[in-house]
Amino acid sequence: MTSPPSPEPQSVTRGSAAPLLLESTSQLPPAAGGDALKSGGARRPRTPRIPDRIRRGGLPYLLLLPALVLELLIHILPMVIGIVMSFRGLTQFFIRDWNRAPWTGLHNFRIAVDFNAPIGEALLHSFYVTCAFTVLAVGLSWLIGTGVAILLQEDFRGRGLLRTVFLIPYALPAYTAIITWAFMFQRDNGLVNHVLHDQLGITDKPSFWLIGDNSFYALVIVAVWKSWPFAFLMVMAALQNIPRELYEAAAIDGAGMWQQIRKITLPSLRSVNQVLVLVLFLWTFNDFNTPYVLFGKSAPEAADLVSIHIYQSSFDTWNFGSGSAMSVLLLLFLLLVTAVYLIFTSRGRKSADV
Amino acid sequence: MSSTSTAPHSPAAQRPATVHRSPTAPPRSFIWTRRVLLTLVLIFTLVPVYVMISSSLKPLGDVAGKFSWIPTGFTVRPYIDIWSTIPLARYFMNSLIVAGAASVCSVVVAIFAAYAVSRYRFRGKRVFTVAVLSTQMVPGILFLLPLFLIFVNIGNSTGLSLYGSRGGLILTYLTFSLPFSIWMLIGYFDSIPKDLDEAAMTDGCGPLGALFRIIVPAAVPGIIAVTLYAFMTAWGEVLFASVMTNDTTRTLAVGLQGYSTQNDVYWNQIMAASLVVSVPVVAGFLLLQRYLVAGLTAGAVK
Repeated sequence: MTSPPSPEPQSVTRGSAAPLLLESTSQLPPAAGGDALKSGGARRPRTPRIPDRIRRGGLPYLLLLPALVLELLIHILPMVIGIVMSFRGLTQFFIRDWNRAPWTGLHNFRIAVDFNAPIGEALLHSFYVTCAFTVLAVGLSWLIGTGVAILLQEDFRGRGLLRTVFLIPYALPAYTAIITWAFMFQRDNGLVNHVLHDQLGITDKPSFWLIGDNSFYALVIVAVWKSWPFAFLMVMAALQNIPRELYEAAAIDGAGMWQQIRKITLPSLRSVNQVLVLVLFLWTFNDFNTPYVLFGKSAPEAADLVSIHIYQSSFDTWNFGSGSAMSVLLLLFLLLVTAVYLIFTSRGRKSADV
Repeated sequence: MSSTSTAPHSPAAQRPATVHRSPTAPPRSFIWTRRVLLTLVLIFTLVPVYVMISSSLKPLGDVAGKFSWIPTGFTVRPYIDIWSTIPLARYFMNSLIVAGAASVCSVVVAIFAAYAVSRYRFRGKRVFTVAVLSTQMVPGILFLLPLFLIFVNIGNSTGLSLYGSRGGLILTYLTFSLPFSIWMLIGYFDSIPKDLDEAAMTDGCGPLGALFRIIVPAAVPGIIAVTLYAFMTAWGEVLFASVMTNDTTRTLAVGLQGYSTQNDVYWNQIMAASLVVSVPVVAGFLLLQRYLVAGLTAGAVK
């Protein structure tokens, strides 16, 4: 009745980590409870595909057309134009007809990466800030999200309620949540100083949180508060796919709680983590809402994220050319990191999920 | 034995003191660790929510002074004043139109695309899914500037006002949620047995008939989840809303800043307005979250 103790639980999850587009359910043994969860658990018979369905007609393309046109119009075309713009001296004089902006070659890029000059130096600084911010925020969000999902895996009284409450930060519109944090971080009438200074006496005088060095920590805290529930949601969904039998088998074999988590839960999360960490990284690195609502158009130096830095240098000085050049550099960096990440995480695996 | 533990745990099985414990029942130390950790996270999660609610019921003098956990004065005045301090109703309407239209359009487009990917084999399928997903990676700031210029230029040459209009914002937002919607719906459609729509097609339904009569009804939970996601994305967006709107089309994301004037910041009104703006979305989300989790289980998390 119980399956033999499986020292290699990955084999099950590997099966379910097959690429989205292939028939992944047929690879799972019928005993694996995982696919029973997938809407009704109806099992596809293993008949070969009906050739009728593999039409060579244009219908699939027609169906994709709206999505393609929209993505091209709003993402791809602007991106190409953005790259072209980065080679031009596009200032406020050319907004009405940007085709007339003079071609300046690599000038914008040279200024952006001239780290001895003010513009390059500021960009480099905001890049460092963004990296530190991203590492901290993603790390903490992942840690809390995964931890809480594991803690809520077993059923107990109040579990459903907690699950719902923990999703509130994710459900709240970003700006209302961030405005509330901005209020809490106020120096004179905020909750943070009230607790730290008046109630606990940790700080000897009320500190500034939205200007100066502390602003970095304020930024991290708000970002973590906002994004950990997403990690929680993803991990929770993934945990529901782990068959209970694995835990029972392990428990009968004498594996303790911790061992079960280490040997069953964490390995099963590998494929979801791969996507989750990447998505969190990209969202956090490009985060604009948090600093913009928390600090306004110009962030304090300690919390000057790249996205807001570019926004400010583009729209305040109307120098779109150099703003575009910085954006292109940002994109190149993200591409590089993503590529390296995907190569590393898919090493030893036949296919990446993304 | 496995049947007892796959069934929902009875209260007795949980109590650590019982002699016959389920083999997977957690040890006592774990239960205590769990209580402590979950309480800490719960406090972290709920404090801002508490602050939002309690401060929205304080008179201005209270929120301007030292913070207090228990409100000393209590008033619903902020909830009345929010509508007159700034044109909140108009911003609300703008947000509703923009987010509503963007989410509905996005879901319709995503249904077609996901149907094609899930049910047909064609050249470039893999390229399409990867390409659409990778647009998620592009920093918003990179295409904000060109899009702004495109909209301005289209407006100048054709008189079609995309910049500053709701239409432009709808168009923009609907592409934001599109990749994730397509991705999730592919997973959802994949989990619907192909025999069903094939049978419908043999019975004389066209491909679109099969889509709308069989697949869409069977995937309603997934479609709800995706619509919700698209709505939330549009409702909470700040960057494009701050550049692409003007006085009449301003959405809540930008409009709420109006409560800070040169002299005063009406924190009680800001909190009241935040609450009013959040409640519909949060309630909708919490009511429908089970679909989202189910959708993630079926689609994204594989």
